[in-house]
Amino acid sequence: MEEYTIAAIATPPGVGAISIIRVSGPDTLRVADLIFKGRNKISESDSHTIHYGKLLSQMGDTIDDVLISVFRSPNSYTGEDSVEINIHGSQYIAKLVLQELIKNGVSLAEPGEFTKRAFLNGRLDLTQAEAVADVIRSSTEVSLRGARNQLDGLLSQKVSGLRSSVVNLSSFVELELDFSEEDTQFIKRDKLAAEIDRILSEIDSLLGTYTFGRITRDGVNIAIVGQPNVGKSSLLNYILKESRAIVSHLPGTTRDVIREEVSIDGILMKLYDTAGIRHSEDEIEKEGIQRSRESVKNADIVMVIGDVQQGFSDEIFGEINYLNKSASVLKVLNKIDLEASSKISVDNRVSAKTGFGVDNLLKKMTKLALGTSSFTEKTAIISSIRHYNCLESAKINLLNAKESLEKKMSGEFISVDLRNSEQSLAEIIGVVTSEDILNNIFSKFCIGK
Amino acid sequence: MTKSFDIIVIGGGHAGIEAALAGARMGCSVGLLTMDKNAIGRMSCNPAIGGTAKGHLVREIDALGGVMGKIADKTGIQFRMLNKSKGPAVWSPRCQSDRKLYSEEAIRIISSGKNIDIIAESVTGIITDGKKVRGVYTRNNSDIIASTVILSSGTFLNALMHTGLNSSSGGRYGEKPSTGITESLVSLGFITGRLKTGTPPRLLKNSINWEILEEQPGDENPQPFSFGTDLNFFPYLPQRSCHITYTDSVVHKILEKGFNESPMFTGLISGIGPRYCPSIEDKIVRFSEKPQHQLFLEPEGLDSELIYVNGFSTSLPAEIQLEAIHKIKGLEEAEMVRPGYAVEYDFFPPHQVDLTLETKLIEGLYFAGQVNGTSGYEEAAAQGLIAGINAALKIRGKDEFVLRRSEAYIGVLIDDLVTKSTEEPYRMFTSRAEHRLLLRQDNADRRLMKYANEFGLIDSELYDRVKARENIILSGLDLCSNIKLHARDVNEFLIKKGSTPIESTETFSKLCKRPELNLRELIKLNGYQNEEVLKQLINDAVALEQVEIELKYEGYFKRQQESIERLERYEDTIIPLTLNYSILKAISTEGREKLARIKPRSIGQASRLSGVTPSDISILLVYLKS
Repeated sequence: MEEYTIAAIATPPGVGAISIIRVSGPDTLRVADLIFKGRNKISESDSHTIHYGKLLSQMGDTIDDVLISVFRSPNSYTGEDSVEINIHGSQYIAKLVLQELIKNGVSLAEPGEFTKRAFLNGRLDLTQAEAVADVIRSSTEVSLRGARNQLDGLLSQKVSGLRSSVVNLSSFVELELDFSEEDTQFIKRDKLAAEIDRILSEIDSLLGTYTFGRITRDGVNIAIVGQPNVGKSSLLNYILKESRAIVSHLPGTTRDVIREEVSIDGILMKLYDTAGIRHSEDEIEKEGIQRSRESVKNADIVMVIGDVQQGFSDEIFGEINYLNKSASVLKVLNKIDLEASSKISVDNRVSAKTGFGVDNLLKKMTKLALGTSSFTEKTAIISSIRHYNCLESAKINLLNAKESLEKKMSGEFISVDLRNSEQSLAEIIGVVTSEDILNNIFSKFCIGK
Repeated sequence: MTKSFDIIVIGGGHAGIEAALAGARMGCSVGLLTMDKNAIGRMSCNPAIGGTAKGHLVREIDALGGVMGKIADKTGIQFRMLNKSKGPAVWSPRCQSDRKLYSEEAIRIISSGKNIDIIAESVTGIITDGKKVRGVYTRNNSDIIASTVILSSGTFLNALMHTGLNSSSGGRYGEKPSTGITESLVSLGFITGRLKTGTPPRLLKNSINWEILEEQPGDENPQPFSFGTDLNFFPYLPQRSCHITYTDSVVHKILEKGFNESPMFTGLISGIGPRYCPSIEDKIVRFSEKPQHQLFLEPEGLDSELIYVNGFSTSLPAEIQLEAIHKIKGLEEAEMVRPGYAVEYDFFPPHQVDLTLETKLIEGLYFAGQVNGTSGYEEAAAQGLIAGINAALKIRGKDEFVLRRSEAYIGVLIDDLVTKSTEEPYRMFTSRAEHRLLLRQDNADRRLMKYANEFGLIDSELYDRVKARENIILSGLDLCSNIKLHARDVNEFLIKKGSTPIESTETFSKLCKRPELNLRELIKLNGYQNEEVLKQLINDAVALEQVEIELKYEGYFKRQQESIERLERYEDTIIPLTLNYSILKAISTEGREKLARIKPRSIGQASRLSGVTPSDISILLVYLKS
């Protein structure tokens, strides 16, 4: 247990109906009584009870009418005594409350400190702690679902299954080395290779969920590019249904990149309306173009807008390909209201004016964002770069093992990579010891001449 | 007058021999207490030394100045390098020994050693002064005083032998048990457990039909264990073969008849036996789908009339043993001189000792060998050596000696014992050594002899030779990565060898990595290029082999070295001994209990404790950082 008490504003910045201040640590209940005046004393209240009263400053002034929820150790999120103070939604009041707490000896929490305490007090395991960080950050529905299923241990289950497969493989390899004198059937090399392939393909499909995981957590980046005056901003505005970008018939007025966030089918879409990526001599425009290029580089999807009059310049596609090879490119023809019969071949025909085709465009964007694979709540997905790297390293080690196998190397060389692979998987979830391999051998094979 | 020594060694088995000799050679006065002077170095079970991973231990013991390898070389009647078809890291030397000669040679070495007093006495208890050892009580009521005591009494503590439902006291056929020591240690606060091991029946050599059995001879070019053994005189003794036969379902049926009189199955034996060396009845029950089990008939010695039936360890009633044996091919007329039996004995779960093998409870008291829950002569000898060295270092007031997991199998062995403890007799396997590729039997001298030299345990002439060779190896490696062969000089040879020709030039080391090529031929092909080092390499087969192995597997060795360096970080992250684990609520109850009991020295050691999970380790790390 930590010996000091911490507090932080638990609700995101901005104006909402209520704000919550969370306090946790050994001094929580005592300090709560110093600043709270209600019918019951907080320190005498049961766990999981809510109390109405006034929050007072040291001078005796009422700061706000509040509700305080009491969670006693160990049945709280952090495992320590803690309270949650619900105040009226105002950053100003929240700060006043924090100040009062600090005056009474409470420290300001560092980022992630509540989770760290929960973890240190055995309320969460490592993957859960990471998932909680994700839940906190997740701002949309799909993302919340992903984070929840990791909390439930789907990823742990999946990875521990993969790990046992590798332990099993290692057992076969070790059997041949430590018990070569035994009258035991040793596994054939092609069977080993087939099993490595099977595990590899499972790791690959898990790795494949990473983009999905990242996108559901961080959102998808969409850069909107095109010639001046094709209606990029109009289209963006239609999508936003509110007019924040400057819309003008004069080319080049959108000098800065405008970023808008919108939730479509539960996926956070970050739309970057760019100034275009063509060359310019104008100093201010140059700066805008530079930023546009950055947006394209970081994009998951690049939406290229053309209109029925100008069509598309081939140059722009070359430019996009040069900046970002992995992004999906969506070719969108605007102003279809002016000439419905345009023969230009595109992915989508829309009219930012009438709204024609915009629904279809959004569907296509969702589809591109999530990729072709279908994920359900039951699918283990990875959304943390640490998990991704561990899996990637497990994969590389398995590929090395396979190479040694193909080169007809003796088992102890294959074993090195199998063990490393196992360790990488274990780093995500569980322990590996050579004991596991031996236990596996003893339970499966008759050893002992 | 009360006798007094620097070191008392209790027991003259494989651990006791190494402990006594190491202590004495490091200048301490040693009292070796044994119940029977003639039983020193006696092989309780099979007449063999080495085997997979055990052979590595013997080579390491030898490099550290122990005697096991030397005795085995002197008394071996069959030498084989196991796993020769695999890579060099798992090659393991093994020999069949002449049981009688082995013990005689051990007695000769011990008796001729300076500073050792062999005393035929039965120890009945440990004398302490507070938390310090002071000596031992003996059967005839005379105390013997010492500043350190090494307990290496093997399977003799409160030992009970079982054949069928008959049991009798004793640690080995015809020998009495040792009583009093366990009780004395328990009263000092030690925890004790019970283990079981077994031995197969011995048959009369002349009663076996050898003609119809498959023969297993030794290697054509036998390799000695000891780095000091002169190949010109090796092997010292005439060589013998083993023979192979099999059980079948008829044999199994007969054995099953005896199950109701098995001390194992009826619960008479409570001790836990080794899973890797199960009794034949255990094999039949656990692997009932297996129609036959392989048996090795091993000679007990050149002149011995006894044959050891390896693979047929049993404690079933004697008449069932014999009936079953008679249904085995080649053994139809066999005479059983002595039935197999199981032995139950006390051990002290080894988390009670530190990495030096000194007990955590009593200063100056060391445990080595089967009392620590191991099985096997080699595991015992390795511990005896380490305990002996550390006892002597303690007396001299010097730093303790602990081998890392990354430098020796002995390091793996002791770290495993101390951190994981053990519930069954512990045996070494190569798979227990995570840095196996680098801990080879061929480089034990290069890894460890420097320590023996530091302690004065190795012949200085031998050490100088090893050092000189090290220079040749290092310059050889350097040279091979630099000098190049030209296409015009080698392509004809490469084609002849079925190897792809090269385009212009290629280094020795690159070509050497091709499985179909060897270094000796490449050097000869190159005509030495006036390189003195290459000539030296050709003339020193051992150095040449080292260079070749290092070149051929360079990539793998490098990766392993990197992983050692990665792990070393954890080994170097020290956990304060005063850490109060009970405040770390996040750690599982089991993990916390384990950590508090073992008190690991480092995060590395903590991470190897069973029941301690990676999230426990993360919590420890987070905690140590904050």
